[in-house]
Amino acid sequence: MKLRRLLAVSRKEIVQVLRDSRSLLIVLLMPLMLMTVLGYGVNLDTKHIKVWAFDREGSPASQDLLRRFQASIYFDLVRSASDYRTLTDALDDGRCQLAIIVPHDFSARLHDGRVVTIQALVDGSDSNTAQLAIGYAQGVLSGYGSAVQAEFIRASGGPAIMPALSVEARTWFNEELESKNFIVPGVAAVVMAVVGTLLTSLTIAREWERGTMEQLISTPVTALEIILGKLVPYFALGMFDTAVCAAIAVFWFEVPFRGELATLVIGSGLFMTVILGLGFWISVLTKNQLAASQIGLVAAFLPSMLLSGFTFPIEQMPLGVQTFTYLVAARYYVVILKSVFLRGTGIGALAWPALALSIYTLIIVALARRSFHKSLE
Amino acid sequence: MTANGNSVEVEELVKRFGDFTAVDRISFQSRPGEVFGLLGPNGSGKSTTIRILCGLLHPSAGRATVAGYDVVKSPELIRRNIGYMSQKFSLYGDLTVLENLRFYSGMYGVERSVVQERIGWGLEMAGLRGRESSLTRDLSGGWKQRLALGCAVLHRPPIVFLDEPTSGVDPLSRRLFWELIQRMSDDGVTIFVTTHYMDEAEYCNRLALMYRGSLVALGTPTELKLNSIEGSLLLLECDRLGDAIGRVRAIKGVRDVAVFGNALHLVVSDDADVVSAIQMALEADRIVIARLQQIRPSLEDAFVALTAGRRALPSEAIAQ
Repeated sequence: MKLRRLLAVSRKEIVQVLRDSRSLLIVLLMPLMLMTVLGYGVNLDTKHIKVWAFDREGSPASQDLLRRFQASIYFDLVRSASDYRTLTDALDDGRCQLAIIVPHDFSARLHDGRVVTIQALVDGSDSNTAQLAIGYAQGVLSGYGSAVQAEFIRASGGPAIMPALSVEARTWFNEELESKNFIVPGVAAVVMAVVGTLLTSLTIAREWERGTMEQLISTPVTALEIILGKLVPYFALGMFDTAVCAAIAVFWFEVPFRGELATLVIGSGLFMTVILGLGFWISVLTKNQLAASQIGLVAAFLPSMLLSGFTFPIEQMPLGVQTFTYLVAARYYVVILKSVFLRGTGIGALAWPALALSIYTLIIVALARRSFHKSLE
Repeated sequence: MTANGNSVEVEELVKRFGDFTAVDRISFQSRPGEVFGLLGPNGSGKSTTIRILCGLLHPSAGRATVAGYDVVKSPELIRRNIGYMSQKFSLYGDLTVLENLRFYSGMYGVERSVVQERIGWGLEMAGLRGRESSLTRDLSGGWKQRLALGCAVLHRPPIVFLDEPTSGVDPLSRRLFWELIQRMSDDGVTIFVTTHYMDEAEYCNRLALMYRGSLVALGTPTELKLNSIEGSLLLLECDRLGDAIGRVRAIKGVRDVAVFGNALHLVVSDDADVVSAIQMALEADRIVIARLQQIRPSLEDAFVALTAGRRALPSEAIAQ
């Protein structure tokens, strides 16, 4: 391998990218677009669940209960319905996700110390939200129940009682439990995967389509020189996009940045190389720009979006899919990203994912090298 | 070079693509400094042959050496000793003239000390001095083609392969191009060129005539012209050409008839009676003869004669 030839390939590729407005557009707009769309669009928080209530009693006690729903950050008490029908209609067409019905004998039963049943209707078409809504509603109700009991005991002359057990939960790494804090760094992985494969998947295929490859492979240049020479400029562009993504994450979305910059650079560099190698390999195999870019998108975008553990926790996937995620390079990168942004652990704690990405890099470049023949057959 | 001094040696070379035999057991040699032409219509196997010699395709059978190296065993050694210009324009259109020259000087590993001089030479040769920073895709055909040649020979290879270098180029540029080729050949470079232009074939020192994958004839243009035709060649100019073809073909002693522009070329046996037989037959049909005389065969006549037995259709001829 001669460095001079490798650099000549790189230089040529840089000039070509800089003159190709489409490639430049991908490089510049893709991070902004994906960061905005995914950063704002993918929101796994269930807050402000819309609640309608049908208060059949309308007493101070029942109003007090409904005020507790209103006070919760998880619920927005949108309206009070005056009949059952209005309530079910609202649930039907999605104007509310939770409907609360307070019975007509609410305060009487409370007063007599009998069991009070509050009916809650939940829109189960989004099971995740439904589960959370039920949980939060039970929380609100049991809070109200304890308060009523304490009041009852105190009024009847008993001692003031304290709750027997309480959990004081403190969330680490993402104190506000905001999904943007782990989604936004994950978007960076998706952006890199898309930009990286799109750019490189075209580069070899384009040369075959335009006929320049035939001339190129008639020269003494080696396959490895072509591959590495072409990787250099795209690596630089990919890392530029990573920096843009990280800056948007920290300064716009205000995601904490607790790790070290070096960890981010090393991890991103490894991941970028894998992605570029993948795009390259696809380009070598298809020799066709359209096919290469489409396969590239499917092979890079979908796995890094769905199987990297960034939107859906890997532990909750079926075993087969979990095993498959080991083949998804983004999986390792997402671990690194979460550490850098949220956990603040150093590169030492990330030896495993870093090693996995390094091995991945070697394999993918070797595969691309093997599939690339200096031949027209 | 090989022990016997040939720059290219081809022996019983075969290339099959599935059921189709593109090159069928061809053999030839070329000497250093020779302009060796592969002549034949499209699809006759010329490009396939050249691509095998450049190590871009694997032969199905047979043997070929270039600059003394086997095309199967050491294609990389061959690539250091050749320049190749493919049929399709294959420089980077989005690079400038100078960037293309620089890039290929890097690919061929031109010595750093002479890079500037060689690039200057390439610019001079292509006539592109002063247009160094033009984008290559904006150049017209003749310039593109000369630049492609310049890029392919930056490293002064002893053997150059040119695949239909002049297709789609205007006549003046073609002439300029052949002057460049002649000059390189004078410097001892072996030029291996494919063409389907008969007039260009005349520039070659030796020609291999290819037809449907086979080598039909091999020799200097003069040899081919003299030896390909048994008997003599007559030129016939007359009215009602279509009727005349049928008439003369029926005459005993007329071996082949081919249309050349507004005249017919007749291959006839060396027999004085044939001429008068033709005159009589045409006059009987009231066809007026403008000219009927013996001429020296051209390469095209030679090609028509050599492929006569293999042609499916008489119209399947070659570009003028």
